[in-house]
Amino acid sequence: MRDFWQWMFSPSRRGPMLIAPALIMLFVMNIFPLMWSFGLSFFHYKASSIQPPRFAGLYYYEKVLTDPVVWERMQTTALIVAMSVLLQLIIGFALAMMFEKKFPLRREILMLVLTPMMLSFVAVGVFFKLFYEPTFGLLSQAYSYFSGEPLTLLATQWGAVWGIVIADAWMWSPFVMLLVLAGLVSVPDYLYEAAEVDRASKWKRFITVTFPYVRGLLLLALLFRTIETFKIFDVVYLITNGGPGTSTETIAVYVYRVAFQFFKTSQSSALSYILLFIVIVLTNLYLYFVKKRGEEG
Amino acid sequence: MSVLLSLFSKKERRLREAGWGWTLFAGIISLIYFFPVLWIIMTAFKTRADALATPPVFFFTPTLENFVAVFYRVAQTGGGEAISTGMGGFFFNSIFVASAGVFLALIIGTLASYGFSRYPLKGNDTYLFVVLTTRMLPPIIVIIPIFLMFRMVGLSGSYIGVILLYAAFNLPFSIWMMKSFFDELSPDVEDSARMDGSSEFGVFFKMCIPQLKAGLAATAVFAVILTWNEFLFALLLTSTDTRTVPVAMARTIGGEIGVEWGLLAAIITLFLVPVFAVTYLLQNHLLRGVTFGTIKK
Repeated sequence: MRDFWQWMFSPSRRGPMLIAPALIMLFVMNIFPLMWSFGLSFFHYKASSIQPPRFAGLYYYEKVLTDPVVWERMQTTALIVAMSVLLQLIIGFALAMMFEKKFPLRREILMLVLTPMMLSFVAVGVFFKLFYEPTFGLLSQAYSYFSGEPLTLLATQWGAVWGIVIADAWMWSPFVMLLVLAGLVSVPDYLYEAAEVDRASKWKRFITVTFPYVRGLLLLALLFRTIETFKIFDVVYLITNGGPGTSTETIAVYVYRVAFQFFKTSQSSALSYILLFIVIVLTNLYLYFVKKRGEEG
Repeated sequence: MSVLLSLFSKKERRLREAGWGWTLFAGIISLIYFFPVLWIIMTAFKTRADALATPPVFFFTPTLENFVAVFYRVAQTGGGEAISTGMGGFFFNSIFVASAGVFLALIIGTLASYGFSRYPLKGNDTYLFVVLTTRMLPPIIVIIPIFLMFRMVGLSGSYIGVILLYAAFNLPFSIWMMKSFFDELSPDVEDSARMDGSSEFGVFFKMCIPQLKAGLAATAVFAVILTWNEFLFALLLTSTDTRTVPVAMARTIGGEIGVEWGLLAAIITLFLVPVFAVTYLLQNHLLRGVTFGTIKK
């Protein structure tokens, strides 16, 4: 027994020993379930029925990939991702510029901006739905006060898309702000001093000194938020529930419906795998830029 | 993510002093940004009539009845005595599950990141990539197999199940972030401590950990924010005894009398307090960045 312990804790095994608990945990909780659902995607299986699964081959992949509904949902998702992430980057950057100074109460004021990130999706979803509500909603009332017309934002497709985008961008811009702020405060002093000696204008200083330093971080924020927003579920589900019609149903909401409302377990697994493939491609891109930035800096 | 987050640990340059004028400017912008949250908090102190008044009321006599209603309701039958709504228990569950999950992820993640950083394996980058992918994958992919798996081993609805799941959920992020902090410490100093006869445990606990306090704090803040508000896993894997607040919150929406806005707002407000406090206390670690003192590469 003592030999066994000595064998296990020998210096050459230190790396694997340290990493093992984490890998075991990830295997049990993520990778094993992942392989399980990968298996399911090749069988006829319904989580709601007791019939034993039958082999289906690539049937479900073919079905999903040729399904026009899936492509429609992908387009909706892409639209929401593009609008929301762009808005997050712009707002996040602007906020970061605002906090890149020392002023009294900075700590407290920063907390105001960080709070949306700490709210639960349920809170954001339900209350933004209330803000958009035609008669009681704050936004609708403010709109009709100024324009004289009632606002029924969620009744049209574009209105509903904006409704989702505003809520999501509001919630996650602070995250982008944190990343950009981290980049802004890492710009070395001497570069600013040099720019001052050159009497560069504020705009020029921004383009030549500040921006190159945060460009890489912005790119990372862009990819990270794209991956996260791609999975957008809770906010859509709570604010529009995919409506009007199915015009704002994102791919994650669609998978949820296929899996838990229609109980087409195999089809949802196959669909999930296509999502996973997209996410892996995006993650690879993300890592590529992380590495590139690492080599630069 | 490592490079990106390691920026938190670079020394922050001296920020320009902006004075009270900037406080006023940033304060106004931040208050506008904060307004939806402010509205939710105000709603929590309103009576039912005030909550949905048209036009909206900004000045009203605050009431605490919503906060009482979070924990107690009046019995429909009998003498009308107060019955507990069980929300106190859900708050306890949320605190217990989130802190245990984050704590476990931090321990396992820190050990693993030490291994990844100091004793790289063959294919270290591949392992790290797989770890990151598990963080990026849409939770909907693994939720069905995890549900089936938990039901089989009897973990469904238990504390242990959710805690293990949350630990796994936070693990990839903890590993990547802590690795970036370990990478910034110089191994030479650790080696010289070993030469002086310090044990492996001594090196890890007495040398590395004290220097990584800020890194641990930053990791903890992010993990707490994400875990605290997790909804989908909690919805499917908790029972009445282990239900967390986001799930309970969602259940108050679907009542027969419509949403009770005051009650919901009171739950959201109370639920925001702990995570807000944690973020405020650890904010310096989040942004000030970590100065590793004398030992920096």
